[in-house]
Amino acid sequence: MLKKISSFNKKVNFEKFPDKFGRFGKFGGRFVAETLMPLLLEVEKEYKIAKKSKEFKKNLDYYFKNYVGRPSPLYFASRISERLNNAKIYFKRDELNHTGAHKINNCIGQILLAKRMGKKRIVAETGAGQHGLATATVCALFNLKCIVYMGETDIKRQAPNVFKMKLLGAEIRSVKSGTATLKDAMNEALRDWVSNVSDTFYVIGTVAGPHPYPMMVRDFQSIIGIEAKKQILKSEKRMPDLLIACIGGGSNALGLFYPFLNCEKVKIVGVEAGGKGINTDKHAASLSKGKPGYLHGNHTYLLQDKDGQILDAHSISAGLDYPGIGPEHSWLKEIGRVKYVNATDKEALNAFKLCCKLEGIIPALEPSHALAYLLKNAKNFNKNDLIIMNMCGRGDKDIYSISNYLGVNL
Amino acid sequence: MQNRIEKKFFDLETKKEKALICFVTSGDPDLKTSQKIINALPKSGADIIEIGMPFSDPMADGPTIQRSSLRAIQSGINLKKTFNIVKEFRKKDTSTPIILMGYFNPIFQFGLTKFFSEGSKNGVDGLIIVDLPPEEDKLINNYTKKFNIHNIRLLTPTTNKKRIGTISKSSKGFLYYVSIMGITGTKRPSINSVKMSVGKIKKITNLPVIVGFGINNPRQVAQMNSFSDGCVVGSAIVKIIEENLDTKNKATKITKKINDFLKKLKKKC
Repeated sequence: MLKKISSFNKKVNFEKFPDKFGRFGKFGGRFVAETLMPLLLEVEKEYKIAKKSKEFKKNLDYYFKNYVGRPSPLYFASRISERLNNAKIYFKRDELNHTGAHKINNCIGQILLAKRMGKKRIVAETGAGQHGLATATVCALFNLKCIVYMGETDIKRQAPNVFKMKLLGAEIRSVKSGTATLKDAMNEALRDWVSNVSDTFYVIGTVAGPHPYPMMVRDFQSIIGIEAKKQILKSEKRMPDLLIACIGGGSNALGLFYPFLNCEKVKIVGVEAGGKGINTDKHAASLSKGKPGYLHGNHTYLLQDKDGQILDAHSISAGLDYPGIGPEHSWLKEIGRVKYVNATDKEALNAFKLCCKLEGIIPALEPSHALAYLLKNAKNFNKNDLIIMNMCGRGDKDIYSISNYLGVNL
Repeated sequence: MQNRIEKKFFDLETKKEKALICFVTSGDPDLKTSQKIINALPKSGADIIEIGMPFSDPMADGPTIQRSSLRAIQSGINLKKTFNIVKEFRKKDTSTPIILMGYFNPIFQFGLTKFFSEGSKNGVDGLIIVDLPPEEDKLINNYTKKFNIHNIRLLTPTTNKKRIGTISKSSKGFLYYVSIMGITGTKRPSINSVKMSVGKIKKITNLPVIVGFGINNPRQVAQMNSFSDGCVVGSAIVKIIEENLDTKNKATKITKKINDFLKKLKKKC
């Protein structure tokens, strides 16, 4: 397995990206209506100042530690390891965070920034509901008005999260336009922002959107990789051979990968949602099957038809169901730093079940895709291999859709 | 060769008239009806025609234009067919400027060289790409120059003085002032704040300044025209199309209703 993934030997300093135009190579940028441009320039400026501020850092650390529950453990999954030819696999357990996923790392960061900028109203988009839930949670904490846009289709399949967001005081706006999923929720959130620029901050949930969002979300999520690096050096006294994470927009993956990008010897794999198979029209594998284009403010790989109309993505996991991907991933693919693969709905579901039984961890369907890819390639590992997988979310939210899928009535 | 847009503004100034710019979505509700609607616009009073190129994810558009884009996409519209509409229109009208308006992805997928050469060949005079702000439009600057298609820039209530300066310096044809903070066809613009902004812009540039977004009646047109060089009407026209989809002889009925509506607006120009 590890041999199958070629090493990276180009000289690139990954800390220097994005450039001042928000570009990762040719990807990224800032493709938005003029109304938003001045605001994006302001967010970028304020973020740069905040990043250097000791006060901001102190606040962020405080909430990470006392509210989110960081650092999350790096756990040696011994029984899954046995299934991988005794390669050593560690789970970075961001599923233990408050609200059940990595999403809250970014929400704390962006909402602290919004507060610094004096914004009173927060809008967010959500697919699986994890980002919406995290945003609603942090808004409750800081007493900010919270509007969450969610596709009508997703509202149906993520009922528990919708209920939780309402309990937290958020207003859920059902999006019926387009295909009524995550991409349409993002369109609607952008339209809201354009209409309410003066008092509103848009908290984007993934490493996509116009500059500076891909950079900002990556920075806030990179706490995952920073911790993982310290933890693996402590327990194994060496760097891992392989990092692996699932990819929808790509924020949990980049959070783990980013602090390791400059360590050339660490191989990295991102797993997209293969849905019913990437040779059908029901998947969410933008990098494998998409083409570069422009959506939601950035240049990146997109699922689209020959006329440039954006196509529907499909995945059993609502969190991966997005026809685009963060621009930094598009770049990492093109220069060959990260290998992007995919796992199908069925493979993810099998990995999900196995993880419950072998580790006593009910994973979300999203990281089940990463685990599925490892299990699928189990024979190619050997016992010297050291792997970190981002267990980015827990499966509570998926119980209803999985029971439905398995034909069990709850 | 002079661009039709400059010639039109020159003629309007001579006649002491203001410009009425009319927006419809290409291929809405279907190719044939759309062609008839567009062909009839100049006679009804449209000085400039703005044709929307439908995109699945129109970020800056309100529900009315979202629905019209969807109808057009479902009827099978694409850029090739849009250029064909322009070509057919030009067989009968060689003077009314045509501006294509849309989002960057469909244009990029069509191919920039092909897009601009087809545009120039078929008689397109201007282009509005909503999600291509000045910071990113170097991607098309060589093409707009080479093919004499003006890149019409948008100014909004959030654009500060410095940006107005930079944007107007590199613009041609006219400047499009977005009268509200929001999406098309939703909020009602406040006349006083638009007047102040347009005044500010006119101090910085000599280009004509056109006001759009949320304009749908003769009174508003008259008010806006008292300080601007013209208005864009979009969602209000698209609404007429939407309200008459099921009628018999829809093309005739829609063009007649649009004609009645535009005549009233043009009186105020």
